[in-house]
Amino acid sequence: MSRIFISLDTTSNSLGANELAAWFARNHADVDVVRTGSRGMFWLEPMVEVETANGRVAYGPLSTKELAEAVDQGLLQGSEQPSSYLGDIEQHPYFASQQRLTFGRVGLVNPMSVDSYIQHDGYQGLANAIVKGDQAIIDDVKASGLRGRGGAAFPTGIKWQTVADCAADQKYIVCNADEGDSGTFADRMLMEGDPLSLIEGMTIAGIAVGATKGYIYLREEYPQAYKILNAAINDAKAKNWLGDQIQGSAYSFDIEVRLGAQAYICGEETSLLNSLEGKRGEVRAKPPLPAIEGFLGKPTVVNNVISLASVPTILAKGGDYYESFGMGRSKGTMTFQLAGNLKQTGLVELAFGITLKELLTTYADGSYSGRPLKAVQVGGPLGAYLPESQWDTPMDYESFMAIDAMVGHGGIVAFDDTVDMGEQARFSMEFCVAESCGKCTPCRIGSTRGVEVIDKIRSGDNPDQNKELLADLCDTMFYGSLCAMGGMTPYPVRSAMNHFEADFDKKEVH
Amino acid sequence: MFMSEIKIDGVQAIINANKHLEGALLPILHGLQDQYGYIPEVAYQPITEALAITLADLKGVISFYHFFRTTPPAKHVIQVCRAEACQAMGGRQLEAHAKQKLGVDWHGKTLDQQFQLEQVFCLGNCACAPAVRVGDEVIGRVSPERFDALLEELQTEVVEVKL
Repeated sequence: MSRIFISLDTTSNSLGANELAAWFARNHADVDVVRTGSRGMFWLEPMVEVETANGRVAYGPLSTKELAEAVDQGLLQGSEQPSSYLGDIEQHPYFASQQRLTFGRVGLVNPMSVDSYIQHDGYQGLANAIVKGDQAIIDDVKASGLRGRGGAAFPTGIKWQTVADCAADQKYIVCNADEGDSGTFADRMLMEGDPLSLIEGMTIAGIAVGATKGYIYLREEYPQAYKILNAAINDAKAKNWLGDQIQGSAYSFDIEVRLGAQAYICGEETSLLNSLEGKRGEVRAKPPLPAIEGFLGKPTVVNNVISLASVPTILAKGGDYYESFGMGRSKGTMTFQLAGNLKQTGLVELAFGITLKELLTTYADGSYSGRPLKAVQVGGPLGAYLPESQWDTPMDYESFMAIDAMVGHGGIVAFDDTVDMGEQARFSMEFCVAESCGKCTPCRIGSTRGVEVIDKIRSGDNPDQNKELLADLCDTMFYGSLCAMGGMTPYPVRSAMNHFEADFDKKEVH
Repeated sequence: MFMSEIKIDGVQAIINANKHLEGALLPILHGLQDQYGYIPEVAYQPITEALAITLADLKGVISFYHFFRTTPPAKHVIQVCRAEACQAMGGRQLEAHAKQKLGVDWHGKTLDQQFQLEQVFCLGNCACAPAVRVGDEVIGRVSPERFDALLEELQTEVVEVKL
């Protein structure tokens, strides 16, 4: 019986992967269709991979009509004849050059099967962790140099140590899966393609700090991830990789998935904790740190999906191994996400240090529209817009901070030369109006003022004075907001003003 | 589709199934909206009693989140992504087209109650923008023509259900 692999990833499905699977069910019920995560090469999706004696052979992108033709031409035998033939996708330069430490299994495994996970070296990290015990796990994570991949880049090992050092009757591991930044989808791809690596990472964290309960706070916008996470958790429970006395050890740990309700601010950790408690997602003042007083006032690890999913590799291969990737104080790999107006969009996992230009040219191969690229926003809606003169900056936390930008969660959104940067700056303020939790005045009201002032500049109403006012407003928001929502909205606005000032001029009407 | 008739027993069953959870309010609200399409007012008092919170607490939470509704939605809720990756691929034109085609602004419903237009900030489909979501389905590379075809498909489905 032939076996083929089709992605069940949201983006693959948004391009027709489900239709390809349905085509096989209708026309070739004898074929074993395995649904996997995506390889993260979305310009080639929807893709079909066929298992052959010489490994997997890929075809894509395919419509159902093209699929029918390709099957007639020998797709199921791995024939080179169909025009959609790609060969071994892992030999494709886009993929072969990557360093997939965290995404190694995505696209290979059945995400909802513990058996499939273990066949691909899953649960080796947890097996080691059970033997090592709490402090040795934390020492490994510290040695790895892993820093929070959600955007704030705080050292994960130090956060875990703080929680471990707290005495409490109950502690929690909370996974921040509220991936709201535009241009980011790594968390989603991981949760849809290899959720057990996240589940394993959370379990290891639980053993390390003495927590027995974990929550995944998942954004409502990810219904596919919700289904797959729950299926994976259920299989892990059935096979005693979650629950009481995991694999006969002294450790117990359980995980529950909770849905957000479309509020960007709930990606901020204290706001997330309030939401998880059933409250308005308003930001909390720090201190106390969540590590000391977090969910329901108990010591809580709050980590991003990719941070937690990186832990199994660290425990399986050692902190030193992970630390050998990267540069400066940015260790390990980063999952860059190429989005927006780019030809070869997708996920690229590489050691820190590659330049933005290499990602835009070597990987993305330029713009989708064929027009010249003009601006690139890195790090989500609170990240700076970078002009071409800054594209040589290495992608690492410190180098980006040095140019008033941030790597954040690794999202890269490219715009071609038709973009109006005045309009983008206005949108940044408008987004802040829509998503501010309302706690801090500079964010709540400042953002509305920001929209008004930018409108005045763009309509030619005292532009010089209003530009000064906008700069002043950005300072107020930057210094006067509790969290990154109000504090960092000035980044895209200022960068648009500094690098693309002409776009703020009044448009001549012809 | 959503159940149209709201019975207090059904509301109470959803509350009872979730009230023991840590931070039970959002799971309860999700359960109600999954079942009825919105949070019916008849549920307010039972929720406040089950969780020992006040009506002001409850309304404060419902109104904080964009997702929760307090009135019945149209038959098809169409969410159009307004975030940057979609803007870079013609999202603004799609927004304008969707509004013009349906004759409504954000949150608006068509007169025949078939369609409701909602904005959303990122569906995580940024590699194939612009994106639209209907129910649990996300659609990528949505041109204005693709949007029109989607409306057709959704209306055709309605006919199929009736047959």
